[in-house]
Amino acid sequence: MIEKLIFYFQYPFVRYAIIVGVLIALCSSLLGVTLVLKRFSFIGDGLSHVAFGAIAVASVLKLSNNMLLVLPVTVICAVLLLRTGQNAEIKGDAVIAMISVGAMAFGYLIMNVFSTSSNLSGDVCSTLFGSTSILTLTREEVILCLVLSAVVITMFILFYNKIFAVTFDENFAKASGTDAERINLLIAVITAVIIVLAMNLVGSLLISALIIFPSLTAMRLSGSFKMVTLISALLSVVCAFLGILISILAGTPVGSTIVALEALVFGICYGVSRIRS
Amino acid sequence: MALLTVKDLSVGFSSHVIVKGLNFSVNAGDYLCVVGENGSGKTTLMKTLLKLQEPISGQIIKGDSLKENEIGYLPQQTVVQKDFPASVYEIVLSGCQGAGGFRPFYNREEKKLARDNMERMGILSLSGRCYRELSGGQQQRVLLARALCATKKILLLDEPVSGLDPVVTSRMYSLISELNKEGISIIMISHDISSAVKYASHILHIGDRIFFGTKDQYLESNAGKFFLLQQRKAVYPGDVHFAPGSKGEESI
Repeated sequence: MIEKLIFYFQYPFVRYAIIVGVLIALCSSLLGVTLVLKRFSFIGDGLSHVAFGAIAVASVLKLSNNMLLVLPVTVICAVLLLRTGQNAEIKGDAVIAMISVGAMAFGYLIMNVFSTSSNLSGDVCSTLFGSTSILTLTREEVILCLVLSAVVITMFILFYNKIFAVTFDENFAKASGTDAERINLLIAVITAVIIVLAMNLVGSLLISALIIFPSLTAMRLSGSFKMVTLISALLSVVCAFLGILISILAGTPVGSTIVALEALVFGICYGVSRIRS
Repeated sequence: MALLTVKDLSVGFSSHVIVKGLNFSVNAGDYLCVVGENGSGKTTLMKTLLKLQEPISGQIIKGDSLKENEIGYLPQQTVVQKDFPASVYEIVLSGCQGAGGFRPFYNREEKKLARDNMERMGILSLSGRCYRELSGGQQQRVLLARALCATKKILLLDEPVSGLDPVVTSRMYSLISELNKEGISIIMISHDISSAVKYASHILHIGDRIFFGTKDQYLESNAGKFFLLQQRKAVYPGDVHFAPGSKGEESI
């Protein structure tokens, strides 16, 4: 088994997959706690559908690097969704459902009508479940991924205290002079970037799992925000690393292997914490 | 000059006015209790004072000595907070956030301020404990310590004793009263009129009739008499006798 792994590691695409997978897992776990506690997890889900639509458009336009289209579109939608979410007069969740499902439908429609690909359902499947795209990353995509991850992690560390203050008590933060709206915007933009990144790893349907599972597990294990964040980052990285190894050895789809592993860890931690209390 | 002066203020949501014609002022060292029925606009008034929402009309004038962001706020607990994974220290320290501006991390003075305020509230020993595991009274003291990190001058408290048992309630009241004696002005929303007249120096009654004045004026006023009587009826149904100005007699 070890020899088999060493054999695979000689290929650059396997090394790329491991590096990118671990980085994406790290990034996506960072904001999980905030998104879960702010009841923002639906934004993540909605955005992933938007990203799917954008990818469909990009693939029909035959862009050499579809991230250049998908990233701005998703970020813009994140900002729009946040705005409608704050507006009490419009039903925020209905708007999100509308945009996300609409984007999904149009995406599939566009792919179907205009696609020149011979394997349409394969394309759709890999966009939804990220089955192979992690193993077919080009050098440029890996670099873009590295840069974006670095930006996400830096932003998170710099704004960690403000993100905490706004997550715990938005009204207090506003009253004591923190620009809560700008922090919310930052959270939405970072979420959008993470989702676009994570589409490579697990595909658009499984992204929410990657964001939410490590945080939910960590929340069972610790009672301090810092520890929860660190534990969820660690869990996410370990699960992604092991998940990719397992999928290489056993030939299973990468995304669903990672998510299944995370769900398993959550189940174990949930059970242990129930028994302990 | 007063810390806070309110002139002809109307508050409400978008175009729906809940209370209008509010006029009052808070001086350094005052203890103002805002009383009134449920839905009379007490919390809306407080959110307007905190600039969480825009006033419909009128003015809120801050005194020269009170800078922006120097208001400490003790909100009612939200559902999110009940299950929040954060340590006491993290929460208290987050009270220093507003003063920090663009600085990403807390400095040494802020960490010391947080520790001092935890000591002041008697929760230093809980520093590393998780917020969601604390009792209601302990949680309120954590939030109070956080509010103290944001201000040295004025505290706005929204129903600080709701959901607390009688013993913890009276301890909370004397804690707030001590802070007031140390020179911090208090604006507090309360349901509990008997404690309001016991501790406050001024009363703002909002509802059908609006009253603002000192506690003694309130006890003599019609609004005050009527409201006290109603509360007493609610506490002792059957006993409808009313002795004016019987503030020494704490009913609860």
